[in-house]
Amino acid sequence: MGQTTFEPWNDPEVEPLIQFRNVTKNFGDFTAIDDQSFDIYAKEFFALLGPSGCGKTTMMRMLAGFESPSSGTILLGGQDIAPIPPNKRAVNMMFQSYALFPHLSVWDNIAFGLKRDRKPADEIAERVGQMLKLTRLEKFAKRKPHQISGGQRQRVALARSLAKAPKLLLLDEPLGALDAKLRQDTQFELMDIQEKTGTTFVIVTHDQEEAMTVASRVAVMDHGRIIQADTPANIYEMPNSVYVADFIGEVTIIEGRATRTRNGDAYEVAFAEGQPPLRAQSDRSFGIGQACHLAIRPEKVRITAEKPEDAANAVQGAILDIAYLGNLSTYIVELPSGHLIKAQTANTQRLSRRSFTWEDTVWLSWTETAGVLLEG
Amino acid sequence: MRRFALIAVPYLWLLALFLVPFLIVLKISLSDIAMAIPPYTPTLDLSAGWEGIKSFFAALDLENFEFLTTDDLYWKAYLSSLQIAFIATIATLIVGYPIAYGMANAPDHWRPTLMMLVILPFWTSFLIRVYAWVGILSSEGYLNQILLWSGVINEPLTILNTNVAVYIGIVYTYLPFMILPIYSALERMDESLLEAAEDLGCSRISAFWLVTIPLSKNGIIAGCFLVFIPTIGEFVIPSLLGGSKTLMIGKVLWEEFFNNRDWPVASAVAVILLLILIIPIILFQRNEQKQREAEG
Repeated sequence: MGQTTFEPWNDPEVEPLIQFRNVTKNFGDFTAIDDQSFDIYAKEFFALLGPSGCGKTTMMRMLAGFESPSSGTILLGGQDIAPIPPNKRAVNMMFQSYALFPHLSVWDNIAFGLKRDRKPADEIAERVGQMLKLTRLEKFAKRKPHQISGGQRQRVALARSLAKAPKLLLLDEPLGALDAKLRQDTQFELMDIQEKTGTTFVIVTHDQEEAMTVASRVAVMDHGRIIQADTPANIYEMPNSVYVADFIGEVTIIEGRATRTRNGDAYEVAFAEGQPPLRAQSDRSFGIGQACHLAIRPEKVRITAEKPEDAANAVQGAILDIAYLGNLSTYIVELPSGHLIKAQTANTQRLSRRSFTWEDTVWLSWTETAGVLLEG
Repeated sequence: MRRFALIAVPYLWLLALFLVPFLIVLKISLSDIAMAIPPYTPTLDLSAGWEGIKSFFAALDLENFEFLTTDDLYWKAYLSSLQIAFIATIATLIVGYPIAYGMANAPDHWRPTLMMLVILPFWTSFLIRVYAWVGILSSEGYLNQILLWSGVINEPLTILNTNVAVYIGIVYTYLPFMILPIYSALERMDESLLEAAEDLGCSRISAFWLVTIPLSKNGIIAGCFLVFIPTIGEFVIPSLLGGSKTLMIGKVLWEEFFNNRDWPVASAVAVILLLILIIPIILFQRNEQKQREAEG
């Protein structure tokens, strides 16, 4: 359809909207952000993902203006934002607690920011009307925040932060307070609204599934550093470290020593006595016998009763555990060497007889490209 | 039946300690002054039977209330009390709000100590504390000595026995009643609301006016009533710190009762005072109820 994919980070011509330049933030002795440089592009839906205490919230609060970097600069549209106080920044934030003003109606909450800009009354009314429509809250305009449900409150918070048409919208764990079903609906709603308004969104979350669903790029953080910032697919399929591979989704990680095969197109990973080495292709280069980790996603592992012909990797083991998830079943298979490997199958038929059960001896197999070889 | 018994306890309490005394005062206010013990007539003589009760009620009249309208001392005293209570309440609010705000924003480990300091004066007798102000405010008092010594003034200021001294006394005495409800409202406030206000374009000062003040409104209202209501009938502070020009209804009531020994007129003054107080008390109750409803 002639539509180009949205990948401004691969285009050197595009000027990023936000640039972090060697940003460090210390709280006393504690380093919350450790010398980080990265870019966020206009119209991106950028997710900061990590466990609590990894620095993601500090990153966001620096963008909002509630914290200032200890060293380094943050540029917004090419301009250093350090001297601009939060109330003068073209950045709005949706708070984790929503921070709706309890004494004001839904309408007045949404109009709050517009009134501070001393816009004419009819302009404010029109903009609030648009926001109410966008978030489907027209019916609740006159209610107070304590008279509406959690999901509605979340939408009021979103409408309020979007009302001033900010260049950048920050979302701090926006869906944390919603139940699972509502959460999923709201994720798609968020993506929809982001696309409609063309606003750049930066979302902070500890929920990897949420980050993967909504974001154009995900930055996985740990101890004040961004470990990897890439598209959800690349983060999942091509993690750059054991930390990222382990943090995102399910994975089996096998420690071993890599040696290049004779014809040079793959590596052999020796991982246990008496087990044939595992074969894996890799863009990275490893020295002879270098310590490495092989990360294999469970859905890429085939589970069969008989040893498969012409499989690049095939190991035999006994089923230790089965997790039935409805759409999928995950098997945990123990090799004679004691290694545990996860394999996943899709339950595509409703009433098929389960082929494997506990303690069955099975074969696991995967291709040369299924696993990701990472430095040890 | 058990539920009825439970409800009956507080009602009996109110009946015995509020309604019965009130009815006695009301009865005295409808009686006439007499040179007797007790100094009013009629007294109920149950031994005379039905006739006695009938003549008792026939002797009651509204004469004393009519008397209150003839002498302008009384309505002037009521108005002056309302005025003093109003000004003193505003002054207490102006002094108390910053203290409550400071307490609510103090580091967590400081708060119990600050709270203690606010409550501490209650551990000494109210009368002694008001007397202490006589020592501070009199023309040879500590305040004048310090001001003279530091050269701010050349002549001692006359503060004691003026309305200013009464205001100082009221603000000092009732300050905790203002601070505590405001503090509890401010302490409950979610800090991210102020960040949200700032994020949406408020300066710190406008965030205070648009968010902090409205959210502490119920605390302010409660504090104002807790100061205003007892101040109207205040007797000790105006009689110790006020001068001859300080006109407050509590003082008038005292004089009627003990100096003039005119119990019926004193009771009429008290009944009217109670009627005046009922209005702010109802408003106060309604504020409390609205707050409870809002918190759901």
